[in-house]
Amino acid sequence: MATPSVCTTPSGLAVMHGSGRAPVAGRRVQLMATCLCDAFHDDVAAATVEVLEHLGCEVDFPEGQTCCGQPAFNGGDWAASRRVVRHAVRTFRGDEPVVVPSGSCAAMLFHGALLEFEHEPDLGEVEGLGRRTWELGDFIVNGLGVRSWPGMFDSSVALHRSCHTRGTASGDAVALLLRSIEGLRLVEFGEAEQCCGFGGTFSVAFPHVSAAIGDLKLDHVRAAKPDVLVSGDTSCLMHLAGLAAREGIALRTRHFAQVLRDALPGRP
Amino acid sequence: MNAQPIDQAAAALSPETKAAVYEGAKVGHEKRTKVLFGDYADPDRLRTLAGEIKQHVVENLDTYLPAVEARLAANGAQVHWASTAEEACEAVHAILRARGGKRIVKSKTMVSEEIELGEYLEKHGIEALETDLGEFIVQLGHERPSHIIKPIIHKNRRQIAELFEKAGLGPYDEEPGMITQRARRFMRHKYLEADAGLTGANFVVAESGRIVVVTNEGNARFCLAATRCHIVLAGIEKIIPRDRDLALFLNLIARSGTAQQISVYNEFVSGPRAPGQPDGPDEMHVIFVDNGRTDVLATDCRDILRCIRCGACLNVCPVYRQAGGHAYRSVYPGPVGAVLSPLLLGERFAEKADLPRASSLCGACNEVCPVNIPIPDLLLRLRGRAHDKGLPSPGTPPMGLWSLLATQPAAWRAALAGGRILNHLPTRLIPVPALRAWEAKRELPPWRGGEFRKWLKLRRKRQGGGQSRPQ
Repeated sequence: MATPSVCTTPSGLAVMHGSGRAPVAGRRVQLMATCLCDAFHDDVAAATVEVLEHLGCEVDFPEGQTCCGQPAFNGGDWAASRRVVRHAVRTFRGDEPVVVPSGSCAAMLFHGALLEFEHEPDLGEVEGLGRRTWELGDFIVNGLGVRSWPGMFDSSVALHRSCHTRGTASGDAVALLLRSIEGLRLVEFGEAEQCCGFGGTFSVAFPHVSAAIGDLKLDHVRAAKPDVLVSGDTSCLMHLAGLAAREGIALRTRHFAQVLRDALPGRP
Repeated sequence: MNAQPIDQAAAALSPETKAAVYEGAKVGHEKRTKVLFGDYADPDRLRTLAGEIKQHVVENLDTYLPAVEARLAANGAQVHWASTAEEACEAVHAILRARGGKRIVKSKTMVSEEIELGEYLEKHGIEALETDLGEFIVQLGHERPSHIIKPIIHKNRRQIAELFEKAGLGPYDEEPGMITQRARRFMRHKYLEADAGLTGANFVVAESGRIVVVTNEGNARFCLAATRCHIVLAGIEKIIPRDRDLALFLNLIARSGTAQQISVYNEFVSGPRAPGQPDGPDEMHVIFVDNGRTDVLATDCRDILRCIRCGACLNVCPVYRQAGGHAYRSVYPGPVGAVLSPLLLGERFAEKADLPRASSLCGACNEVCPVNIPIPDLLLRLRGRAHDKGLPSPGTPPMGLWSLLATQPAAWRAALAGGRILNHLPTRLIPVPALRAWEAKRELPPWRGGEFRKWLKLRRKRQGGGQSRPQ
């Protein structure tokens, strides 16, 4: 009988990450915009820049950036994924925090990548990038120590806590910021802990189940009648908005970075 | 369109079945959350501790198994080892043959489903009656369970009443009390006629050799107390180190599985009837079943052997809720089954290599697991294994071109610009299956590739200075 001696799964990493990290010192950050913002949702990346600059951050955007490697990781093609992660490691050199407006991409870098690099010689470098990587909400609240947001956002908001922020500090951080905005009312909705059904390649490999899960989320959100559905992950919003559009349902979606920016004084 | 088997099964599920599964799973999850967080300030610490204990057992099975064998033997039980399903079935048969037994009653044993014991015994002229109400209904309908602890979660009471009527248990009556009464009446004399009682084991305690069986119907007690011979089928991973660990595990399994503070019947059996005891079986046999578990132990997915079969991951899983248990083509459905079932197949892994893909990787399964199994990580590892073996995965986009673009910034930027064609061409003219699968259910937002980069350059120019790093 095999007698393994170590537990090889770095489980609990996501928990460790995001919650217990020391605040950051300087104000220089590197922005990882995400491939979805690069291709579809440019305004989310723009809002992220404006929010970070409002907080006094000097935002560096490494031009060579592409993707975090998650599509291939989830698809099972770990060799392809590792090539992309290695590219990210090369692109985001230095020691500044890497801030990403996505819980999913952040989790890929501080958790997923460690799984696929477990037996690779450059695991250390990947861990290094993971340690510097912050989801935006977590960064603002726990990295910079900001606990309230100025301005005004006169709307009721349903906050979808994306699945990749389970066990991290991100969900609470985003809720804290949103709640602090004048005029913004968070509304609860049913089965909030359930997934939106996106799941990356899952959405196209299991279109029926994926859409059925998304439809349930839409039903719950709509029953709460929010003015706007907000999340920290563009991918969840893109899935839900895409379903709603196809079904002729009116649904306003915003990334929380857009909400923060739009709340700032002097914004329309 | 290429489709994954589980996606097809979910699409084919009748609205009635889907509603039954969804509601049953949802209610199970909600009650679990209420009782667990109502009773404990920090249930996550309990889950973590229980996970560590089980992981310790899994990694030290080579010392625990001989220890438990010695303990059971000292208690007067006979221990058998079965490496395969076939060997396990033969072991049960041999015990019955030696006693001239023709009839057994069964309770709480997923392993017997796993090794297809019922079919085996039937072939050999032995009647094996399921005595858990749900399992009994499954047996009447010649079906398979669709949930680990609620085997008939996919059925509503009308369907059950019809089944009972067909089986000659009385005229149609869908009142749950009546259904239970009828099953009970039918079973009562079966216990007395049975030559042996077969149960599973929720836990096997190493230090005492105590077999622990957790039930809510009391039928396991009839199986092991009313018969002269008690046979236990237990997977080799069922061990926990000490009796005191039961305090943790019994509290967690009842709350995670059925949202109870404690299950109604908790049987603690450490051996056959001792001299001086008035009742109980004269013989006790414990059959430890490997059936692929040692192979799982040798992989980087061995954490799955911590599982205590509570079903919490099924209840919370959005995919299980849509597809139901039968879609998984396995005794163990849902997230845990998606990991365990292909692994238990060993060499025949390919037959169920699609199961680990049936997940959005939402992580809810890990969040509710009473032994904190990192199920999403294990699903991902199995996807990696399937890919490395070159197994096809219908609908999963190939990643070659993407990884090429994503490692060459100039090509990436060109693709960002080139993607604009999506705004001008109808999707049906674009031969990309992933795009079509997306568009089958959702709209694609307008392509705005490169717009952010342009915006940022302009902003920097206006701000006068601050350069973005050239690549």
